[in-house]
Amino acid sequence: MIVTYALIFAFACFGFGLLSTMWRMLVGPTQADRILALDTMVINFIALIVLYGISQGTALYFEASMLIAMVGFVSTVALCRFVLRGDIIE
Amino acid sequence: MVSGSGLLAVMVMLPFIGALVPGLMIRAGRDACAMFTAVPTLLALIFLGILAPEIMAGGTVTAKIEWLPALGLNANFFLDGLGLLFAGMILGMGLLITLYARFYLSGEDPMGQFYTYLLLFQGAMLGISVSDNILLLLVFWELTSLSSFLLIGYWKHLPEGRQGARMALTVTGAGGLAMIAGMLILGNIVGSYDLSVILQHGDEIRASEYYLPALILILLGAFTKSAQFPFHFWLPHAMAAPTPVSAYLHSATMVKAGVFLMARMWPVLAGTDEWFYIVSTVGLITMVIGALIALFKDDLKALLAFSTVSHLGLLTMLLGLGTKLAAVVAVFHIINHLTFKAALFMSAGIVDHETHTRDIKRLGGLASLMPATALIAVVAALSMAGIPPLNGFMSKEMMLEEVAHTDWWGGKWPIIILATVGALFSVAYSFRFIGHTFFGPVRDDYPHHPHDPPTGMLLAPGFLAVLVVAIGLAPSLIAGPIVAAASTAVIGGGELPYYSLKLWHGVNPALFMSIAAVLGGAVLLWLHRPLDKAWIRTPRPEAKAMFDRVVAGTVLGTRWLIEGTHNGAISRYLSIFVVATVLLGFAAFQGGGLPEQTREMLPVPPLVGVGFVLTMLATLATVFAHRNRFRTLILVSVVGLMVSAGFVYLSAPDLAMTQISVDTVTVMLMLLALHFLPKYTPLESPLSMRIRDGVIAVIAGAAVAALAYSFLLTDMSPISDYHLANSYKGGGGTNVVNVILVDFRGYDTYGEIVVLGIAGLTLYALMEALLNGPASRRLRNWTFPPDRSRDRHPLMMVVATRVMMPIAALVGVYIFLRGHNMPGGGFVAGLVISIALLMQYMASGFAWTQERKRFEYHAMIGWGVIIAGLTGAGAWLAGAPFLTSAFGYFTIPPFEEFELATAMLFDLGVFLTVLGAVMLMLYSLSRMARYAGETVNLEPMDYDPSRRVDAAIEADKKDDA
Repeated sequence: MIVTYALIFAFACFGFGLLSTMWRMLVGPTQADRILALDTMVINFIALIVLYGISQGTALYFEASMLIAMVGFVSTVALCRFVLRGDIIE
Repeated sequence: MVSGSGLLAVMVMLPFIGALVPGLMIRAGRDACAMFTAVPTLLALIFLGILAPEIMAGGTVTAKIEWLPALGLNANFFLDGLGLLFAGMILGMGLLITLYARFYLSGEDPMGQFYTYLLLFQGAMLGISVSDNILLLLVFWELTSLSSFLLIGYWKHLPEGRQGARMALTVTGAGGLAMIAGMLILGNIVGSYDLSVILQHGDEIRASEYYLPALILILLGAFTKSAQFPFHFWLPHAMAAPTPVSAYLHSATMVKAGVFLMARMWPVLAGTDEWFYIVSTVGLITMVIGALIALFKDDLKALLAFSTVSHLGLLTMLLGLGTKLAAVVAVFHIINHLTFKAALFMSAGIVDHETHTRDIKRLGGLASLMPATALIAVVAALSMAGIPPLNGFMSKEMMLEEVAHTDWWGGKWPIIILATVGALFSVAYSFRFIGHTFFGPVRDDYPHHPHDPPTGMLLAPGFLAVLVVAIGLAPSLIAGPIVAAASTAVIGGGELPYYSLKLWHGVNPALFMSIAAVLGGAVLLWLHRPLDKAWIRTPRPEAKAMFDRVVAGTVLGTRWLIEGTHNGAISRYLSIFVVATVLLGFAAFQGGGLPEQTREMLPVPPLVGVGFVLTMLATLATVFAHRNRFRTLILVSVVGLMVSAGFVYLSAPDLAMTQISVDTVTVMLMLLALHFLPKYTPLESPLSMRIRDGVIAVIAGAAVAALAYSFLLTDMSPISDYHLANSYKGGGGTNVVNVILVDFRGYDTYGEIVVLGIAGLTLYALMEALLNGPASRRLRNWTFPPDRSRDRHPLMMVVATRVMMPIAALVGVYIFLRGHNMPGGGFVAGLVISIALLMQYMASGFAWTQERKRFEYHAMIGWGVIIAGLTGAGAWLAGAPFLTSAFGYFTIPPFEEFELATAMLFDLGVFLTVLGAVMLMLYSLSRMARYAGETVNLEPMDYDPSRRVDAAIEADKKDDA
């Protein structure tokens, strides 16, 4: 029972988080803001997958979230390197 | 005894197989080359001879090979009397022409090529004469157009040759297109494309409302091929071909293909008023006009060409009359025309060869200089004129006799007069050919002093001239049986009408017409000089100029169309494509085929709403920010993220994984390219165009949305039910997505990885060309911005990626192995591993990582495709179709029971190709930086703390010492 409420609360929080990061994405103002917004969005997304897995009672989504966590940050790194150095593979 | 059907099929194949040889054999010498051309022809002729007795006895031989039964296209052959006649003509003439061409072609002409083309043509022609399937017949029909194009344009250095070849291809090709349509209609009426079936349904076809369109379309094909008025103009221009080609294609075989077709279709198409008036009128006009023009041609070959046009008109007219007797006469005249006209062409070729001119006005008096040639030519030309006792006389008499009792356009007289006039012109040009070339005073201004050619060159025309006389003297003995067999086939079986092949038919109308023609012809020749002057002064439509104008107009029109639609701007292609699609879709929606909407809308949970909002916001923002390319990349990543969120929500976690991985790799490749590209897209299009494009985009998007909406609300029985039911049973896997990829749709996947591999290799090749081209100079002058961060290979990142590497590799292997039953598979695994490798490249730099690479990425792509292909082909060993998977369950004691499936090997191929292609693309793109003067880093990181420790230990040691 309590889990249901906790889930609803958590879903609401992360949903709000996503909207907030989208706001940052739109207004910027710097490129770093946007990259950070994207990264945060990925993290929120991973959290949502885990929550969804819990709500559905299956472990399948956990693996998906792990995998996304593993590769999700790579594009953040690449975007940062682009801003900092221009060339991402030197 | 070999079965007849086997012999027949092999006979058709022989010229095609033989065609491969002469092109290669030319190195062995010209005699060997000619010999190897003659061998397949002779073999085919022998096969035909073996089959002949059965056909002559009234039977047919068939060979059935299924090709594309679903389309009604089968390689069915059948040989009846008509087929036998044509096959015999084609092969027999083929042999004679091979012999003649051996001596005709000069040392500078590529003879191997010539013989290869000749055999190709021979095979195509043979195919037409024995096809039992009209679709197959069409294939051979087009092949004769193509191979004759090659043969007419054989002397590539002559502009007339090239133009003549193009004209012939255009006219006969266009007619062939019309014929395809006609044949399809015919097949549709009957419900079968097999000729033997169609021939049984004559009444049904003639009664059909589509009879007239089918008739006209088929006749267009036949008329263009057989050079009937008003399409006759291409044949004289095709005379730019070497004479053996003219003799073979343009007198004996190819131009008779149209006549053959009319004869073949005679039982089903003839007998109606439409047939009678169209075919006989066109034939008669062609006969008269061709003969008239021939009289005033000075070029020997042009004269013969128009004479051929005229005789083809005669044949067409005979078939058009629609009576059985006329059909018999047509068959007989086909044989006679072949003998005398081919002999004449060859003689004209010899004259040209020996005197270096074909202009009648420069010739004369050759009879004493080249007596053998003259004898052959005179005999053949007299036969053409219809002088007894030669074979041409007989068929002409029979033709005139037929004409004499035919009502045409409401009377007997018009056709009698026209036919007599045609015959009269025919006599006149034949006499002119004889008189102005071989008789008269010997001249002293021939471009080259003439004498008889080597015997080899005389053999073929000589043989034909002997036939001309022999058929004339003993017609029933020599030509009787084959005429009977072929005529029976033409009239569709049944009793042949009474006819007799003999010289003297008594005093009948035809005799008077004949006498009038001969006398009139002699008078015309006597009056030729003044008539010729008048002819030259008379203005006439010039076919070539008209044809050129039509072609130029068409070129102009298509250029306008192409340059209007394909102007090189992708925005225009896309707008045309999208607008057309939307319009067609709109029309389809109006059609009312939309299934009823039976499903309820699902509720939208608030969180899903958030996802929708984010997707839409990011998409809109992309539209507004798209000039800033870097920002666009970030925004597109957001869209990708939301799409994968959608996949998760709709229970497709593996699609979500794949989406994220693809997104990551794409962003990296884009960033690599963007580094050397402008960071902003300039504003190029005016506001009006942007508004137009915006409207198109919105309409298209709305259309797609509407389509998706309406389909999601209907109950369909999609193919996915089948996939779900058979995934485990048939493919041995519980992950339906993976089973679809590697089994149900394995062929698609195989094609896709091949494309992916090609894309990777192409990128590599393009980059190679780019870096060695002018662009590399610009790269060498590249200046890096001074405000770059100096954190090149940060310690923290290097360590993190190093730790991640084995984990990522393990995860990659894990999701690869379980892919068949659980989310995963070779594609995702390949992406995961490549991302792990990419991280190393990013962290420690290109040079450091490249040094530690053991496998070439090119080879990886190759192995991937090979492994996948071999796995697929392995199914053949088990007698199953390509890519059928096999699987089984095994137990090895310490482990639980596990499954092995061939699909896994296939997946391994996918894995390797994906990995190789992604890495090769990345490698290619990142090479640019080195050309721009980027220094490489041999150390794993900027600042290696272990060095400091080492240095401290060293220092301590020093201190101790």
